[in-house]
Amino acid sequence: MSDDVAIVGIGMHPFGRHEGVSGMEQGAAAIRTACADANVEWADLEFAFGGSVAAGNPDSMVSQMGLTGLQFINVVNGCATGGSALISAYNTIKSGAFDIGLAIGFDKHERGAFRVNTGKSGERDWYGGSGMALTTQFFGMKINRYMEEYGITQDALARVSAKAFRNGSLNENAWRRQALSEKEVLQSAMLSYPLTQYMFCSPGEGGVALILARADKAHKYTKNPIFLKSAVVRSRRYGSFEVLAPSLALDYADGPTVDASQKAFEAAGVGPEDIDVAQLQDTESGAEIMHMAENGFCEHGEQEAMLANGETEITGRLPVNTDGGCLANGEPVGASGLRQVYENVLQLRGDAGKRQVPNNPKVAYTHVYGAPGISGVTILST
Amino acid sequence: MAELSINENVMDLTPEGPRLKGMRCKSCNNHVFPMQKGCPKCTSADVEEVHLGTKGTLWAWTIQGFPPKAPPYLGETDPAKFKPYGVGYVELPGELKVESRLTVSDPTALNIGMEMELVGEKIGKDEEGNDLITFAFAPV
Repeated sequence: MSDDVAIVGIGMHPFGRHEGVSGMEQGAAAIRTACADANVEWADLEFAFGGSVAAGNPDSMVSQMGLTGLQFINVVNGCATGGSALISAYNTIKSGAFDIGLAIGFDKHERGAFRVNTGKSGERDWYGGSGMALTTQFFGMKINRYMEEYGITQDALARVSAKAFRNGSLNENAWRRQALSEKEVLQSAMLSYPLTQYMFCSPGEGGVALILARADKAHKYTKNPIFLKSAVVRSRRYGSFEVLAPSLALDYADGPTVDASQKAFEAAGVGPEDIDVAQLQDTESGAEIMHMAENGFCEHGEQEAMLANGETEITGRLPVNTDGGCLANGEPVGASGLRQVYENVLQLRGDAGKRQVPNNPKVAYTHVYGAPGISGVTILST
Repeated sequence: MAELSINENVMDLTPEGPRLKGMRCKSCNNHVFPMQKGCPKCTSADVEEVHLGTKGTLWAWTIQGFPPKAPPYLGETDPAKFKPYGVGYVELPGELKVESRLTVSDPTALNIGMEMELVGEKIGKDEEGNDLITFAFAPV
């Protein structure tokens, strides 16, 4: 395994709703915390990749951070926006172009389900106009079919949500910090059958900054560098079942999660059995279940027993979404994938406090999935 | 006032009912809805517009339980008056799976594999007060 790129500083602005604080200000706060963590100044950063979908052009934040002339490139890539900023920073350091730089993601979305406008100019928006074009519908349809195919129950969906809010209650940066029982989850409003209100995450706000450096210089900045073993983004192939698709092929192909996961394991030289903690995209509780299998952590259908046995709890065999995931943190799209990496850095440093995974975890995994059929995976190690 | 297609680029209203306008690839016979100018399967640009089939089987489904945001939604958005509606993918043999509203919104009345057919459904009105018709699939 090569140890080319290290994460030497991390910073996060709490997720949730922050009246009067712009998305970009949340991003700037995250950067200041990350700089302090790495013992560097903003002026030391040689480059930045910034991701935001709904909160302005990230590069304009230089006006509040400092006009140092650094290379700053904006990244917008659907739900993999944060992950794409990270992979861009990773490749930039691997290429030898720069020694130290930043991946920053932030966002601030309106309340309620994502508003997706699919109209072309000069035409009536028939897709959204007809009441489709909702990401929530895709997740409902996919898990509904999956449950029938592989024998997953509504109890399993409720277990995932209850775990998320329980873990979120241990996370001072989470949005939803009140634990909920399985019964409360099942009895909340049915939003998109079979998924209830507390089985869905909500669009939200927040910012995360990661400072990356050449691995051979990492000890200049931190006693605990965490190494980025691989970072992969993949788009969909013909035949996969994706969000916001007015039609699907008759053929079937695995989704981009499977492709990104396989490539990330291969590039890192490890397998699913080596992972000590995983953050998996949980746009809704069914997504976490399906993504456990799509990322190679189990066979389809095994999730029912794994959840019943508590195997994905913080103290379980494979802790999943230890910070409460999207369910407890909400999804500010530009920051969401970076939040997962932030959590894994805390876990691998042993700094995760009340939600620390026991026995010194050494290898950690993140996965995002989203519109329009895109997935990003990272593997970190101590 | 007249009944108009929600968008004539994606659906014709014919005397026999609504007809969806899709793409057929002349080189590999792949279908896509709505019409587009290149084939995502074989990458050919030699494609034509065709009316898709009107009968198929339900492949996946859910029920929209809350009012979508307007815009873009043209239907009822008042939570007090909103009625849940089904959404699903219907597999049209030899062509594709098309995403559609379903006329049924009772989860106990929907099953993967059930036979469905295309119908028109009033969704809203245009600026002149004409009824806008979109497409839905109904159990046969």
